[in-house]
Amino acid sequence: MSPPVPAPPDVPGRPPLTARRGALRLTALRLTALGPAARRDPVIAAGAVIVGLIVAVAVLAPLLAPFPGDAGSAVHPADALQAPSLHHLFGTDQVGRDVFSRVLYGARVSPLVALFVLLIAGLIGVPLGVAAGYFGGVTDEVIMRVTDVFLAFPSLLLALAFAAVVQPATLTSLTIAIAVTWWPWYARLIRGQAASVAGRPYVEACTALGLPRWRILLRHVLPNSLTPLIVQVSLDAGGVILTSSALSFLGLGAQDPVPDWGLMIAEGENYFSTQWWVATFPGLAILLTALAFTLLGDGLRDLLDPRRLLLR
Amino acid sequence: MLRYPRVVRYAARRVALALVVVTGVVILTFVLADLVPGDPAATWAGPHASAAQLARARQYLGLNEPLPARIGRYFAGLATGNWGVSIHTRQPVLSDIGTAAPATIELVIAALIIAVLVGLPLGLAAARWPGGVLDNVVRVAAVLGVSMPVFWFALILQLLFAQRLHVLPVAGEYDPSLLFTHPLADRTQVPVLDALISGNWPMLGSTLEHLILPALVVAGYPAGLIARMTRAQVLDTLGETHVQMVRSLGFPERTVIGTFAMKLAWNPVASVLALVFAYSLVNTFLVESIFDWPGLGSYTAASVSTLDTPAILGVTLFIAVVYVLANLAVDLVQAALDPRVRLR
Repeated sequence: MSPPVPAPPDVPGRPPLTARRGALRLTALRLTALGPAARRDPVIAAGAVIVGLIVAVAVLAPLLAPFPGDAGSAVHPADALQAPSLHHLFGTDQVGRDVFSRVLYGARVSPLVALFVLLIAGLIGVPLGVAAGYFGGVTDEVIMRVTDVFLAFPSLLLALAFAAVVQPATLTSLTIAIAVTWWPWYARLIRGQAASVAGRPYVEACTALGLPRWRILLRHVLPNSLTPLIVQVSLDAGGVILTSSALSFLGLGAQDPVPDWGLMIAEGENYFSTQWWVATFPGLAILLTALAFTLLGDGLRDLLDPRRLLLR
Repeated sequence: MLRYPRVVRYAARRVALALVVVTGVVILTFVLADLVPGDPAATWAGPHASAAQLARARQYLGLNEPLPARIGRYFAGLATGNWGVSIHTRQPVLSDIGTAAPATIELVIAALIIAVLVGLPLGLAAARWPGGVLDNVVRVAAVLGVSMPVFWFALILQLLFAQRLHVLPVAGEYDPSLLFTHPLADRTQVPVLDALISGNWPMLGSTLEHLILPALVVAGYPAGLIARMTRAQVLDTLGETHVQMVRSLGFPERTVIGTFAMKLAWNPVASVLALVFAYSLVNTFLVESIFDWPGLGSYTAASVSTLDTPAILGVTLFIAVVYVLANLAVDLVQAALDPRVRLR
């Protein structure tokens, strides 16, 4: 059942260029195996489909939402806190905005925060990790001790502390607070990978050929170290969405007119015992989104883990 | 002979590293707090303060000093047990933490007990019949537990069990009306323990009842993680030669899993416990305010809304210390449980 496995990239004596392409091609090939794997495993398929749906909703929100204006600061006092009906599928909130429209627009908020957090964390963590793994020595020591400082804490606590001192809270401050606590994980992950790649024969061959170090680093070590990152990023997307929603719930992120799911729950909390819909639907959206990314990440891990590939 | 000094050396190294970590975080937080706009003195002095009152507040809070001096003074204070004064309670931060911490730790420990009692058997059962119905249910449940926004889950459970079904209390640590008939002897600051020690059964029942919902919410994530770790570990162990030998000797499957495979599974579960202990500690932050639980979470939530930097810093430091100690304890326990684990 396993898809065809191309020659491993690190065969001694192979030209380095092929090695680099080989690694990327191997990753790509395993990713194309996602299709068959999804057919075999409905759970992965569900994850992939939901992630696709969320992206579609985020892109098409203005077309899908029945009341696009309600995503912002619209106020309809006459319609406040109406129960779900055909007109307002998820009911209305305390100022009469359509909860369904706001939940749809919410797909543009915390998933986007997650995207930026992961991007920033990757942009900081990957170069530092590759440098630490490839150069070793003092560079490695300094970078790894700094990551130790961050990793010694639960990241939600650090993000909370940072977001709390950075006032007034905005989506930007929230994104930065989470990204600051997230990059060390990637630096760690990439460092381990880069250190093992740096010792492989094709990298030694590059060194022997007299290629400049930056070129070896950028064209050979970096691409061959990235595969585990793909898995981690998709697993983390759910975690970042949960973290950002939690911080927004505490008032440390998005502020009122923004249709952030966490903030909507905080706003609905006051009415929850009688008007359950205001907080329930945004919560379901968070759960579904985090769930989808977790399932997808799990599936990707199974696919990209070479040991698992051989076992199947 | 050499065992004892090695353990001590290891512990000392870890504590030293932790000190470096804590120092780094304090400096980072101070720098961040200094960079951004927002004036704690304004909160301290109140919304209608005059310029002179504001100036006095700034003087009192030491905000006029340069940043390095403030950081230095903070560290000097830490060493002497002066963690600063909370801006919103106007009490020393350390005594505030001392008041709030027992409730939080009670909640986390109750949650972890539930998590182990639920997660471990589920993980074992999933490993016993991999690919079966139960395995898939556990897998989905575990993923659900990991993806659940706890603050939302707390609201839903509260609505369902307390406000609609009326089977469990809505909020609080115990029923305050019981204080008149069965006063609580305050010995440990933890109502459950106090009630248990003094044989105050009605109060014990009330505290346990109040503990169920918040503990269940906090237990979700660790239970899922423990179930998955146990499953993976037991499946791994089942492939090892000594287990195969036990199996080939004709021992029943129950003994193979229950006795031989599980022994090795304890280790990762223990290490995951240290991890989720800290994670759950932070999760209580999101849950406590919903259940009116008088712990660190409610304290932090109040601190956040009042720009109470000393309090936030204090709680961060406290949790950092607890986290490091929990990790250290687990490492030592692991080494004691499994001689193959080397302390480095």
